[in-house]
Amino acid sequence: MMTGKEKKTSRLEIIFTGFGGQGIILAGRILGKAAVIGDHRESTLVQAYGPEARGGACSAQVTISDRPIHYPYVRRPDVLVCMSQGGFDKFIDQMKEGGALLIDHDLVQPRGFDKRFFSIPSTRIAEELGRKMMANIIMLGFFTAITGAVSVEAARDAVTDSVPKGTEEMNAAAFNRGCDYGLAVLKGLEKKAAGRAGA
Amino acid sequence: MRPAVLTGEYFMTGDVACAEGALAAGCRFFGGYPITPATEVAEHIAGRLPEVGGTFIQMEDEIAAMASIIGASCAGVKSMTSTSGPGFSLMMENIGLAVCTETPCVVVNVQRAGPSTGLPTQGAQGDMMQARWGSHGHYEIIALAPSSPQEIFYLTVEAFNLSETYRSPVLVMTDEMIGHLSERVVIPEAKKIKTVSRPRPKGSKARFKPFEPGPSGVAPMASAGEGYHIHVTGLTHDQRGYPVMTVETQEAMMAQIMGKIQRNLDDIIRIEEYRLEDAEFVIVSYGVSARTSLAAVDEARELGIKAGLLRLITVWPFPEARIRSLAKRVRGLVTVEINLGQIHLEVERCAAGQAPSLLVGHPGGTIIPPGRVVEALQEFSRGGV
Repeated sequence: MMTGKEKKTSRLEIIFTGFGGQGIILAGRILGKAAVIGDHRESTLVQAYGPEARGGACSAQVTISDRPIHYPYVRRPDVLVCMSQGGFDKFIDQMKEGGALLIDHDLVQPRGFDKRFFSIPSTRIAEELGRKMMANIIMLGFFTAITGAVSVEAARDAVTDSVPKGTEEMNAAAFNRGCDYGLAVLKGLEKKAAGRAGA
Repeated sequence: MRPAVLTGEYFMTGDVACAEGALAAGCRFFGGYPITPATEVAEHIAGRLPEVGGTFIQMEDEIAAMASIIGASCAGVKSMTSTSGPGFSLMMENIGLAVCTETPCVVVNVQRAGPSTGLPTQGAQGDMMQARWGSHGHYEIIALAPSSPQEIFYLTVEAFNLSETYRSPVLVMTDEMIGHLSERVVIPEAKKIKTVSRPRPKGSKARFKPFEPGPSGVAPMASAGEGYHIHVTGLTHDQRGYPVMTVETQEAMMAQIMGKIQRNLDDIIRIEEYRLEDAEFVIVSYGVSARTSLAAVDEARELGIKAGLLRLITVWPFPEARIRSLAKRVRGLVTVEINLGQIHLEVERCAAGQAPSLLVGHPGGTIIPPGRVVEALQEFSRGGV
């Protein structure tokens, strides 16, 4: 399982999935932008495009690599980020063996998935911050901390560069909340592992 | 107000890169009608043209859109439209008018699955033969097929340059996958982007003939209202532009329309080769399917199959000479495209029996995965096809 401390793999395939209207495509766009503009790596975003603009199942396929990306479609995601049950149900079988599953704690029940996964109540935190719409940005912060797929600086810059004018600070704060939550989760896991090793 | 050339590094979709490429090339008129998946080209350029002193008009339909860009070009303005399958069908008659009247203009087709309304939101490459022969009569046309958002930027600039050089409509035949793909796009400084403008008349206004070829073999083009004699008609016309209903005039006009392209194939045709030096099996592909093919070449090589890719950047005029020379030395040709065999037929024609030719195609709506190409190559290399 990858964590923020491990070395970046040369090709990483990511699927962000949720309802139309949750900002799934925007999250994918910010991630790709962070990899390309901030981290100077290669990235592609393929957006599910169809009548599912609002409410239906929606997904963004992001590939990040140090080499030119020939085929930009995700075949076996290394990371699956689910912000809806439908998204989880649809994509979980495609996830690579040992891949990282990230979910919104209140929206997704990882039924039948018996391995470790990472969860955050991103929508609830967004509601606390006063804007439910920012759940995607919180999830992106969480994703960045857990996977290390992009650098925190690159991701935060891409967030402020991509959101509507006047909301940059609010979104950066949302990103930081997600990121901190992720770091705390990782720390907890480390402690647990250390405890086990010490016993 | 932002400049016409937005120098910088972006994470951008193909559709937006197309619009920016047009602006960088000097496009200052866009007449169009929205259609999925090409709408973003029009949407983006509609916001940008007023910033650079250009004009955007949403026309009543694609027939009028095509007519409007011909008119704008006759007035001396570089012009473009964008559409998808159903709109491309409606543009066909006036694309023929642009060919016949030798009017430079650029038509972008972000292809989706057809026939008819088909799958509006899902991509295909099913309009390639329509691009070649969709308007009535015999003619030459230039069509380019980009494989990435970065390449759409450059090829849209190139499309304008070719259309201005040869006084011909140029088609940018992209697809929904590339149009909606986001990737790195670097827009260079304005001075590093080569732009070309149509040959212009010099000298006596009295003696000027609007369809008399100049030293380049292409007729200098005067803009309407400059004082030079102008006559523009879709009827068979002589060098003065006047309709002359004789076989001799038809022969002379057709020789001009065909010849200016056919004499300049080396300047017009662009191809890219990948791992072709020692290849026994050559994939021929273009657009998004070339990306499938690049991955397939690498995967096939890992299995010990010597595969390579000939990527068509210019699809029309067709790179016949290169296919012919490859067919002489390879064991097989595989065309990968999201239709049921259009460019495949051209490859087969050029191979002329010297090498077997195979299609890996799809009726549209989805990209072809590399695995399908690799499987076909495996079977092909075992002699199973």
